[in-house]
Amino acid sequence: TVVLQNWKKKETVTIHFVLQDGTKESVQANIGDNLLDVVLDNDVDIDGFGACEGTLACSTCHLIFKKEDYDQLPEEPTDEELDMLDLAYGLTDTSRLGCQVIVTKDMDGLEVSVPSGVADARS
Amino acid sequence: YLSSGTVAKSSSVPRICVVGSGPAGFYTAQQLIKGHPELEVDIYEKLPVPFGLVRYGVAPDHPEVKNVINTFTKTAQNPRCSFIGNVCIGKDIHVKNLLQVYTAVVLAYGADKEKLLGIKGENLKGVYSAREFVAWYNGHPDHVDLPVNLDGQTALVFGQGNVAIDVARMLLKSPDMLKETDITPAALNVLEKSQVKNVTLLGRRGPMEAAFTIAEFREMTKLPSVHTDLLESDFSEIAKIVDSIRPPRKRLMSLMCKIAGMPNSDGSCREFRLRFCRSPVEILPSENDQEHVGGVKVMLNKLIKHPSGKVTSEPTGVTEDIPCDLVFRSIGYGGQTIDEDIPFDLDRGVVKHERGRVHSMPGLYCSGWVKTGPVGVLVSTMNDSFDTGQTILQDLNDGILQPSEKHTGKEALLKQLGDKSTQIVDFDGWLKIDKAEISRSSDSYPSPRIKIVNVDQMLKIALT
Ligand SMILES: Cc1cc2nc3c(=O)[nH]c(=O)nc-3n(C[C@H](O)[C@H](O)[C@H](O)COP(=O)(O)OP(=O)(O)OC[C@H]3O[C@@H](n4cnc5c(N)ncnc54)[C@H](O)[C@@H]3O)c2cc1C
Ligand code: FES
Repeated sequence: TVVLQNWKKKETVTIHFVLQDGTKESVQANIGDNLLDVVLDNDVDIDGFGACEGTLACSTCHLIFKKEDYDQLPEEPTDEELDMLDLAYGLTDTSRLGCQVIVTKDMDGLEVSVPSGVADARS
Repeated sequence: YLSSGTVAKSSSVPRICVVGSGPAGFYTAQQLIKGHPELEVDIYEKLPVPFGLVRYGVAPDHPEVKNVINTFTKTAQNPRCSFIGNVCIGKDIHVKNLLQVYTAVVLAYGADKEKLLGIKGENLKGVYSAREFVAWYNGHPDHVDLPVNLDGQTALVFGQGNVAIDVARMLLKSPDMLKETDITPAALNVLEKSQVKNVTLLGRRGPMEAAFTIAEFREMTKLPSVHTDLLESDFSEIAKIVDSIRPPRKRLMSLMCKIAGMPNSDGSCREFRLRFCRSPVEILPSENDQEHVGGVKVMLNKLIKHPSGKVTSEPTGVTEDIPCDLVFRSIGYGGQTIDEDIPFDLDRGVVKHERGRVHSMPGLYCSGWVKTGPVGVLVSTMNDSFDTGQTILQDLNDGILQPSEKHTGKEALLKQLGDKSTQIVDFDGWLKIDKAEISRSSDSYPSPRIKIVNVDQMLKIALT
């Protein structure tokens, strides 16, 4: 139903990305888009994000949610998403693949973190 | 920022050379271009076409994985990046010469050496290298003529990595499902005539040590008309501790435990088997044809768990003969040196380096499989290449790398190539080949592209 609303009128919510270096980038996200689209449309600068272009064949769109937000996500990850997440760098219990999470109107103000793949290896 | 044309002659522009145009080459280039406003990158590739194993390794039925080519294309089309195809470093140009005209040189040429089992019978007919088989169905110019004959019913694969699974899937999947892929028509034709019904992947160690990913395994369990056969006895111990296994193994083990022992209840006509704790001893000739494989002799192993957590296998002294018609050796790709000047660890098959800086060779760096060894999927190669890119940017920043007017890059160098200099393929040349391949598909042959598999033909298209 959320997607249908989006057809009529482009509604947006604010989403905050905490980047690898700790800086925060806040963007407007269209309801009904997935978080990969949101990153691309807003030019959020995350190296290598979305290598397979949302086809569930990489794990470069890995994002980490806060526990309370993760539990509230409307759709649980499928086996296929969990399979790809198994390969993600810095996997946590509240990790999701951005291309599989659809923005809803309840997500206004959501904060997600980008795992620090490269930074970890270098410290 | 100024366009590349304007800054091209400025002495302060770092010029970086990348050797190899696979994921490691492109991801390193991407990181460098992004991290420095003027820096220029030249990517050298021995083939006329770019993308390394994304084009010639990744299986044709996984086109999604190849989407990454779009990102690489964007990098290649950046005015500060050049693709220089059909130049073999170590042969046409030496690393020493590159170091004279570039601020830094990054080795990213992958690991494409054959690894042998080193056992009797390895050169019998019907014994294939998985690496060559993969290169064959993907249309690699060096391997399209591999004589592949799939008349036998039973195939045995030594190895349990990603490549072994790819081979099994290509052998077991209905060829109808490969029709709309970029597999070569010749390979599709051979697979359509294939008699293979059973494929067994043999591992030296146990299920916990299998190197394939859960995504690849789950895909096998879902193939139509293919039954996945695991022995319950191989999983009885694991089933007891499965809840305490850590990711990423945990979900793979629980999936395998669930499937272990399941009968082929829907009457699937083909079978995919995993068997464990067996090492190759000898490849045996067939009784009817002494020149052709008829089976393998394997050593049964027991697993030793070390205090470090590492698990190794030890021979029990008991051997077993397994009849089969085909053998695929899938024990990994090997790294090799391409130039005697490169400090190379022959045992491990990797360039000697520290965080991407090649030992005792200032200005020389490495990334990708030639640095890490041939392990991991694209995301690991990506992270590793970003890391090498960061190291170079840091060395530029710290003044360890000093751009100078001697660093003229490709211009002077390519002139020294003689006749070969007229045969260089740039990225526009590749785009012509790309277009020609795409246009060869048709309504009656609806594949995304029909690859050109001959270097001369590639050159003809690219250079006219
Ligand atoms: C069969 C197979 C299937 C795979 N499937 C997947 C998959 O589905 N998903 C996934 O995530 N990962 C997959 N991988 C892993 C992935 O391909 C690697 O992580 C990645 O390609 C390694 O990148 P690289 O750039 O180091 O090496 P390569 O991709 O091998 O690139 C090296 C490049 O250097 C060139 N070169 C070599 N020698 C020279 C020379 N002397 N001069 C100039 N150029 C040279 C080569 O021609 C090549 O283009 C697969 C690997 C294999 C082998
Ligand atoms: S973009 Fe590849 S899995 Fe999401």
